[in-house]
Amino acid sequence: MGELALPTIHVTGGRIIDPARGIDQVGDLWIRRGRIVPTGSVSDEAEIVIDARGKIVCPGLVDLHVHLREPGNEEDETIATGGASALAGGVTTVACMPNTIPPIDTQAAAEFVVLQGRRARQANVYPVGAVSKGRKGQELAALGQLVAGGAVAFTDDGAPVADAGLMRRALEYSKMFDLVIMQHCQVPELTVGGVMNEGFESMRLGLGGMPAAAEDIMVARDIRLAEITGGRLHIQHISTARSVELVREGKARGIKVTAEACPHHFSLTDESLRAFDSNFKMNPPLRTADDVAAVIEGLKDGTIEVLATDHAPHAREKKMRELDQAPFGIVGLETLIPITVKCLIEPGHLTWPEAVRKLTINPAELLHIPKGTLRPDADADVTIIDATTTWTIDPSQFRSKSKNSPYAGWEVRGRAHTVIVGGEVRYTLGGIVQNGVDSPR
Amino acid sequence: MTTTSPVAPDSDSRATAPADSDADSEPSSTAWTRKHLLGLEELSRDEIIAILDTAESFAEVSDRSRKKVPALQGRIVFNLFFENSTRTRTSFSLAAKRLSADTQDFTASVSSLSKGETFIDTAKNIEAMGADVMVVRHPTPGAPHLLAQHVSSSIINAGDGAHEHPTQGLLDLMTIRQAKGRIEGLTVGLVGDIAHSRVARSNIQGLLKLGAKVVVCGPPTLVPRGMERLGCEVAYRLEDVLPRCDVVNVLRIHFERQQGGLFPSVGEYSQFYMMTQDRVRMAKPDLLLLAPGPINRGVELTPEVADGVNSAILQQVKNGLAVRMAVLYLLSGKMDARP
Repeated sequence: MGELALPTIHVTGGRIIDPARGIDQVGDLWIRRGRIVPTGSVSDEAEIVIDARGKIVCPGLVDLHVHLREPGNEEDETIATGGASALAGGVTTVACMPNTIPPIDTQAAAEFVVLQGRRARQANVYPVGAVSKGRKGQELAALGQLVAGGAVAFTDDGAPVADAGLMRRALEYSKMFDLVIMQHCQVPELTVGGVMNEGFESMRLGLGGMPAAAEDIMVARDIRLAEITGGRLHIQHISTARSVELVREGKARGIKVTAEACPHHFSLTDESLRAFDSNFKMNPPLRTADDVAAVIEGLKDGTIEVLATDHAPHAREKKMRELDQAPFGIVGLETLIPITVKCLIEPGHLTWPEAVRKLTINPAELLHIPKGTLRPDADADVTIIDATTTWTIDPSQFRSKSKNSPYAGWEVRGRAHTVIVGGEVRYTLGGIVQNGVDSPR
Repeated sequence: MTTTSPVAPDSDSRATAPADSDADSEPSSTAWTRKHLLGLEELSRDEIIAILDTAESFAEVSDRSRKKVPALQGRIVFNLFFENSTRTRTSFSLAAKRLSADTQDFTASVSSLSKGETFIDTAKNIEAMGADVMVVRHPTPGAPHLLAQHVSSSIINAGDGAHEHPTQGLLDLMTIRQAKGRIEGLTVGLVGDIAHSRVARSNIQGLLKLGAKVVVCGPPTLVPRGMERLGCEVAYRLEDVLPRCDVVNVLRIHFERQQGGLFPSVGEYSQFYMMTQDRVRMAKPDLLLLAPGPINRGVELTPEVADGVNSAILQQVKNGLAVRMAVLYLLSGKMDARP
């Protein structure tokens, strides 16, 4: 759709939350030709009117940690289905991990992701490039060419950059682009044969353990490497109490370290594995109640500035295996809002504006992308959230190609009601007035 | 727990209803309700005692000249073994045959698993062949639990990785109760590779529920942390605990489940943990010595000890048959009726 063909949209009476500008007030929002425009500046009639009374209107959510599986594992997800899943979860922008087949370690590969994202016309898709060639952890990938191809960060996610020397070089070299190295922190030698968190539960179940220390040790190492290099380190899916403490200390010492937490790490514990259900198998694994409490504390005090899903789709036949054979990971995009509501907002750990900040402007600024705010002239990426209606999570209804969710059957509140990307309504549960007529769903 | 006499249908029977006179046992009105036997963790004390009592009455069947009862006539018991086993599989087969069931073995090595079929598909095929019971052994913890969710047959866990081996736990309990007349108040030492042992976990669950004190003993690399939280005492030196033990269960080293490098050498292991005559002499004179087998003579225990007066290894094998008959019999009441 050309810019001139984009409709004028009037979102009426919603609770507008825009943490980037410190706004939390009931009001109207106008969108014209793909951009946010100041209220009062539009004289013509809106072609689309969205009644947002009783709903939250916020910048489109930004998820900087998703796996879209394309190219190579299209049986799990594609950029189109993952993008659709994002929209259904209220996420308008995703940064996708490079652990595809082949990995995103060249300019051409990054450009392919960008192109597929444009073709799909779902969520905005930004590629994250690999740190090392082939994600083999040996030599630096062509980071500069990746940037030219559209990469917004670097990671070998799925695996850590285990070699301290390479990690140091990556943190140093990436400074010239001012982009973050995202690290999946885990000392590989300590997690061989691991299926779940090492502790009382793994002992009881006889399952191979992954000790919290495996994460803590690498977090400590990499914070120190960020310190000596001045590079930007981002700790992915932080899951242990000690890691949260280390990030807190690092920040206090002025080191450029940021962190993200995933809903499963603040909503579930390793006790879930008693069901031997591979939908509770992820990496880093579900930890203990103490770790969950520490992650929540880190979110509250700002140690962890980003909420991300680590959306990791796997086809049913792969997950329906013995626990040690099944791959790690769960889908997360379509449960991001409700689990955040249930486990952070409703218990009073975060206010809505605090949660929205970690879902919008914080990840956008971390990636240096022009997203995450409703400032006039910003890209019109808007998520309208129904925060009050109770619904039941049913993975069979997900738009993601994969259904590997641990939250099936949960009674929750909070879901995306209408999602606008680039000034275009791309997802809605209904209730939109278009040219004076109720639009079909 | 009331269970009808499993052996009554045999006109030759000398047996009556399962003895309910055991000191550990309290009569209960609950009938057997479970369709699967997945572990001792989920069983109550009463349920465990019900199995042991039923097993006692079946032990008698084994002593008869005609060893068969018709309890499972027309039923099909499949042995699904995704891991090597001879004695457990044979024991289950024999137990099923003595109950007049038809039995069929399925071993992973000759299956289509190598062709990429998932083990759930395999089990569904076997279900389609009319299996009433699947006796499942698998290297992955929880694999039988997964099958229980996907097929309608009764599932008996015959060992899932390092998780549980409930019939082994039950036969150990039965052997201890026969030898000592009780379980409550006894001190039982589990020695060796606790970390990788499903026998250890089933023993711990059963023994603690029946009121025994459990001491786990092995090198710290083979004794996972957190055992105390289960209610066990942890020791690293065998000599420290042997004098207090009424029973010692010597566990096999599971080389196949280890990452390697957990102790310097087999020789050094034996030096610290092998049950020798000298060590037996440090224990109570009536020490009962168990070993789940297959035993590594000269690693976990010496031949003299294995064959000595304290050893109940062959009695364990015998009781294994009775326990498996009891389990099959109790579950048969919950099997799906077939047209």
